[in-house]
Amino acid sequence: MTTATPNASSSLPPDIAQVGPVAWMRKNLFSDVFNGFLTVVVVAILAYAAYGLGSWAFTAAQWQVIPNNLGLFMTGLYPRDLYWRVWGLLGFICVMGGLSWGVLGRNLSTLYSRNVLIGIGVICAAIVIVPATRPSTLRLLPMVAIVAGMAWIGRFAGKKIPKLGTWLSAAWVISLIPLYPLIFNPIPFVPLVPGSILGGIGYLFFGAVEPAAPVNDWGGLVLTLLVAVAGISLCFPLGLLLALGRRSQLPAIKWLSTAYIEIVRGVPLISILFMGQVMIPLFLPDGMRPERVARAVIGLTLFSAAYLAENVRAGLQAIPRGQTEAASSLGINKPLTMVFIVLPQALKIAIPAIVGQFISLFQDTTLLSVVGLAELLGISSSILANPSYLGRYAEVYLFIGVVYWFFCYAMSLGSRKIEEKLNTTH
Amino acid sequence: MVSDRSTGFSLKTLLRDERFWKIAFQVIVVAIVFGLFSFLIGNLNSNLAQQGNPLGFSFLTNPAGFSIGESSIDYQPQDPYFKALMVGLVNTLVLVVAGIALATFLGTTAGIASFSHNWLVYKISRAYVGLVRNVPLLLQLFFWYFAVYGGLPRPADQIGLGRLAFFNNRGVYIFWPENTPRAWIGLGIMVAAAIAAIFVWRSRTKAMVERGDAGQNQLYIVGGIAVASLIVLIFGLGWQFPEGMEGGGVTGGLRLSREYVAALSALVFYTGAFIAEIVRAGIQSVSKGQWEAARSVGFHNGLVMRLVVFPQAMRVIIPPLNSEFMNLAKNSSLAFAIAYPEIYAVANTTYNQTGRPVEVFLVLMATYLVINLLISLGMNQLNQAVQFKER
Repeated sequence: MTTATPNASSSLPPDIAQVGPVAWMRKNLFSDVFNGFLTVVVVAILAYAAYGLGSWAFTAAQWQVIPNNLGLFMTGLYPRDLYWRVWGLLGFICVMGGLSWGVLGRNLSTLYSRNVLIGIGVICAAIVIVPATRPSTLRLLPMVAIVAGMAWIGRFAGKKIPKLGTWLSAAWVISLIPLYPLIFNPIPFVPLVPGSILGGIGYLFFGAVEPAAPVNDWGGLVLTLLVAVAGISLCFPLGLLLALGRRSQLPAIKWLSTAYIEIVRGVPLISILFMGQVMIPLFLPDGMRPERVARAVIGLTLFSAAYLAENVRAGLQAIPRGQTEAASSLGINKPLTMVFIVLPQALKIAIPAIVGQFISLFQDTTLLSVVGLAELLGISSSILANPSYLGRYAEVYLFIGVVYWFFCYAMSLGSRKIEEKLNTTH
Repeated sequence: MVSDRSTGFSLKTLLRDERFWKIAFQVIVVAIVFGLFSFLIGNLNSNLAQQGNPLGFSFLTNPAGFSIGESSIDYQPQDPYFKALMVGLVNTLVLVVAGIALATFLGTTAGIASFSHNWLVYKISRAYVGLVRNVPLLLQLFFWYFAVYGGLPRPADQIGLGRLAFFNNRGVYIFWPENTPRAWIGLGIMVAAAIAAIFVWRSRTKAMVERGDAGQNQLYIVGGIAVASLIVLIFGLGWQFPEGMEGGGVTGGLRLSREYVAALSALVFYTGAFIAEIVRAGIQSVSKGQWEAARSVGFHNGLVMRLVVFPQAMRVIIPPLNSEFMNLAKNSSLAFAIAYPEIYAVANTTYNQTGRPVEVFLVLMATYLVINLLISLGMNQLNQAVQFKER
């Protein structure tokens, strides 16, 4: 038999490639007895679960709690007559987002590919059909149009001025200026950029500037996003410095950074947030009481920076010594080597981990509800405390679960795109 | 300050000397940090003095005065604060240990399932990871507590699985060994039997490799040990089965409170998804040649995974698994939000009653530090055990 095998196999005709759903199922679902058994069991469980979920969702569940409270979910107790500021904010983000999309996609053959058009169609259909969004349909549809239109303009401008792509991040930073009058009542006579920064600090820490609506009224998804954006943009530079400090050859810097990172990583976030609410005023001079939101952002930033530092450090460690040595043999001094040679490569490697940290920071904003801020999860707790929506836990939690999932998934998708774009190794 | 030409010392050379800048930079940073700290601590002292609460830990021996919902050790409200904190610590450990064990099991299963040749199993594993990792843990915790376990029927209409387990909206009741000397002796016998079985199995492998024995005798011994342990397991531990009462409620067995099962479920499902990704990355890191070589000597897929690939993947898996376990320990503090009395919840009550945030925070920090150090220690031992054996 052993001798016959080679001859027999060489004279056999080649396998006929099997196609079609039956062949696919045989290969992927019923390749052997065990697999077939597994498939049957899994299908049975899935069918049972789908039946249970479906019958609950269409009969027992009372979904009115979502559309009736959509305003609360999105903006918390923000005054209704000031909603135009929030809409302005959203419109502004749409303009910037559309422009960025256009500029980044300037080299694509078609900006509106089939998938993009399908996506836009689905979003528009959802805006029109889903009852929850119906009161705002006439405001939401133009937003989609703004994104699409701005993308076209951005692509046109990006083709004319190819350098625009590198200025995008700067544009996002400068774009904080028009945000200022949306949140605060404008203070005259102060140049806008330092004005918005000073105004923000002055308000949050000293109560010096009057906002359009008191910060305790901010809530819902808007607060979640504001805190997340503030936390992300503050913890990144801090984490970078800590990572560099931990890799430093200067013993004092190294030990200070290491101690900070290890101590912060040793305690749960909730204790930092909760004690931060209590202890930050204790550590500050008399009369300086930062707003609760500011204290939460401080706690979140200090916590995430330590984790981010470890992610950046891993990236730094992956850069071979030869890079530094080559730079110093060219006479580039150490700080410049770090900024122009090592960091760009290290950050590129660390992108997945850094975005992962940003995602967990975004998820960690839910903890603000425990310290009494009405962000998305916090506002849902107060909605559930309303006697007319008693016991509607599953509906509400599923809804905000979908919202969180959407943002986190979008972030990880974005990180994968950036990774592909920056991948220059092959 | 003044240039001194006779020794070749000048301000200019000093400013160009890298060593000077290294030291100067460190001195400046340390001075700034020191200044900041003394400023903050000074504020703290004056603020605390204003409140009339100078720093000190003597309050820990004062009677706590609050009761704790569930505790494995004997605790009364008149016991001191440190004992209340101990109860919280025990509750945390009960949650963390069970969480680590179950999350490892779930995560490893899901991680291996993502290599399944069964399309459905593969898709379910990926969907689980993609869904659970992108939803905040606190939300999942609330979902389990309010929607899942809170949605169970009242004790009057409780669900029973024969005599094995009962479910109602007050908790889950499972069968459990009685806390008697007999059960502990039985447990001891089983541990001893397991150790003996490992030694016999090793000597069998050795005999098979070195002398070419069939290893039948050792196989019989192991079989005998297994049967004996099974008998001890079934009859020696004094299992207590829960029993449904007329009109609702359960006696006997072990009651797991709704808070505990909700916290455990959320932690296990959340951490399990992260562990699944770690396991997947670890298995992927084993080169394809290992699979092919093992298959070419006639191993089937299950054996390849168990004997060749997984042991090698362990080296990559263990270090990130360590930090995932530490995350689980830290995340267990979120159980406070659903009123499970773990260490953070007790510390929070202590702070509310005594108004001593700094001391309570230090106690908390020390506790979590010790828990994390213990986890690290254990995982480092494991890590050394799975390292390459260089010969």
